Amino acid sequence: MAATQERPTADRPERPRPGLPGPESVIEFRGVSKVYESGDIGVENATFHIDRGEFVFLVGSTGSGKSTLMRLLIKEHEPSAGTIRVSGRDLADIDRQRVPHYRRNIGVVFQDFKLLPNRTVYDNVAYALQVTGHSRKEIRAKVPDILRLTGLSTKLHNYPDQLSGGEQQRVSVARAFVNHPPLVLADEPTGNLDPETSIGIMQLLYRINKAGTTVLVATHDAHMVDRMRRRVIEMQSGRIIRDEASGLYRPSEQSTGEFTAMLRGDDGMPLQRRGKTARQRTAEELFDEAFGDDDR
Amino acid sequence: MSLGFFTREALRSMRRNAVPSFAAMVTVLVTVLVLGAFIPLVQAATGAANDVRGKVLLDVYMKTNASKADIARVQGLLQDKTPHVKSVQFVSKQTAYQEQRAKNPAAYDALGSNPLPDAFRVTPDNPDNIGAVLAALTPTSASGARTMIDPSIDLVKNRKDETHKILTVTRFIKLVMGGVAVLLILASILLISNTLRLSMFSRRREVEVMKLVGATDWYIRWPFMIEGVVLGALGGIVAILLLAVVKVALIDSLAGDLSLLSGTKTINFGALIGILLAASVAVSAAGSGLSLRRFLRV
Repeated sequence: MAATQERPTADRPERPRPGLPGPESVIEFRGVSKVYESGDIGVENATFHIDRGEFVFLVGSTGSGKSTLMRLLIKEHEPSAGTIRVSGRDLADIDRQRVPHYRRNIGVVFQDFKLLPNRTVYDNVAYALQVTGHSRKEIRAKVPDILRLTGLSTKLHNYPDQLSGGEQQRVSVARAFVNHPPLVLADEPTGNLDPETSIGIMQLLYRINKAGTTVLVATHDAHMVDRMRRRVIEMQSGRIIRDEASGLYRPSEQSTGEFTAMLRGDDGMPLQRRGKTARQRTAEELFDEAFGDDDR
Repeated sequence: MSLGFFTREALRSMRRNAVPSFAAMVTVLVTVLVLGAFIPLVQAATGAANDVRGKVLLDVYMKTNASKADIARVQGLLQDKTPHVKSVQFVSKQTAYQEQRAKNPAAYDALGSNPLPDAFRVTPDNPDNIGAVLAALTPTSASGARTMIDPSIDLVKNRKDETHKILTVTRFIKLVMGGVAVLLILASILLISNTLRLSMFSRRREVEVMKLVGATDWYIRWPFMIEGVVLGALGGIVAILLLAVVKVALIDSLAGDLSLLSGTKTINFGALIGILLAASVAVSAAGSGLSLRRFLRV
C-alpha cells in the first residue's frame, strides 16, 4: 500500500488527470480529519491538492476549520486521520526534532503578525535567516533587499510597536519570504487591516506568487477574493464544500431580498443571536434583544 | 550559530526585559544570602550540640576496698572488652577527694578521712551508645536484677538526668536544623524557578514565534540558559560580596568574644563561596532551561 502511495502517478498517463494529485502537488490532503481532545471537530475528511505555483484562497466563516488546516500544515497539530503531504513528503514521517527544519521551508503570515517585540524590523527578518544558519554576510545582503521589496527600507531600525498594522504585516511577509520558501501560508493576513492596506498586503502575496511560490491564503475578505478571481476552497464546519478554479467568495450573487432573508436567518445561515423565536423579527426587536431592556 | 551569537542574544533580551531580569537576579541574590548565612549557622549549632554531646559519659565506681590488681583488671576490661568505648579515664580516690574538696572545703575538712572510691570515667564512642555500654557493664542476671560485670565494681552511673537531657536536646537541634536546611534549599529552588518561569511566561509569545520561523529547541534555549547563567552569577556574586562584608566587619571582630563563633568549626569561607556560586549558576541555568520546556511544546 505504501509503495503505491509513494508513486501516485506510476500507473497513470504522463499528465495527471485534473482533480487528482500529481507530482507537481505542493500540498496534498487525503481524507484528513482533526478532532480536538475536547471533541470539537476541526477538519472533517478533507481531500484536496494544490499544485506548484497556485494562488489559493481558503474561505469560510469563523470556526469553519481554516485555521486548523493551517496549523496542520505547519505541523503544530497532528491529524486524527488521513495523510497530509507537502512537496510529496508525508508529514507523519517528520519526527518532532525535524519539525523546525520542515518549517523553514514554509513561510507563514498571521493575522496578528507574530513579530518579535524586542527586535527591530531588520532583526525580525534577520532572525529567520539566522535560524537557518546563514552567515552574517548573507544576512546583510538579503535583509535590506527583501525589506526594500516590501517597501520598508526606511523603517529598518524601528521596533514593531512603532509601526502601523500594515507595516507590521509587511515585515511579517518579508520574514516569511526571505528564505524563498516554496510555500507561503497566510492565515487572515488582512484580518486586522483596513481595505486599502489590505490591497497592499495582497499585492505582496501576489508578487510572491508570481515569483513561483505557492501561496495559500485563508481569508474573510470577500471583496478581495471576488476581485482577484483565483482558486477558492470554501470550508464549512470542518468540511470542504466548494473548490472552484476561479471563484468568488460566495458561490453566487445574492439579490437584496436573498440577503435580507439570510439576515433573518431563513436560509439556514446561522445568525449569531438567533433564538427559537428569531423568525419574523423586526430590526427593532433584534436590537432590543441584543442590547437588553429588562424593564419590559 | 556560535557562542558569541547566543551571548549577544542573551544580553539583548536582558536589556529589553530589564525588570524581569532584575527580579530574577534579586531572587538569586536573596536566596544565596540566606543560604550563605544559614550554612555556617547550622554548622555552628550542630558543632555546639556535638560539643555538649561529648560530655556524655559513664562513671564506674570501684568498691572502696578494691585493690590495685582489681583496678588494673577493671581498666583492662573497660578498655579492651567493652564495646562502644572511646576512652577510659582513671580518677583515683585522692584525685576525686581533691576535686571535691576544692568545691566544698569545709564539709570535706570535717570528714577527716576520704570516703570517695576510685572511679573510671568512660566516654562512649558515640553518645547515643551510652545505653549499650551501660548494659554491657551491668548484665541482667537470670533473676532479672542488675549485676556488675566485675565483683570489684560497686556502681555504674550514667548521670542519667543530664545524659538524657543532652541527648534529647541535641538530637532535636540537629533534626530541626536539618529540616530547616532542607526546607530552605527547596524554597530557594522553587523561588528561583518560579521567578524564571514568570519571566519566561511573559516571553512565551516570543518563543512561539521563534518556533514558527523554524528555530530548533536548542537554538531558542541557549540564549535563555546563558541569560540564566549570567543572572545567577551576578546575583551570586553580589550576595557573596555582602556576606564577605558581614563576615569581615561583624563575625571576625566578634569571634574573640563569643565562644559559639570561635569555638566551633564552620565551613571555610572560600569553600562556601565556591558552593554558593556554583549552586546559584547551576540552579538558574537549569531553571531557565527547564521552565522553557513547556513553552517549547508548540
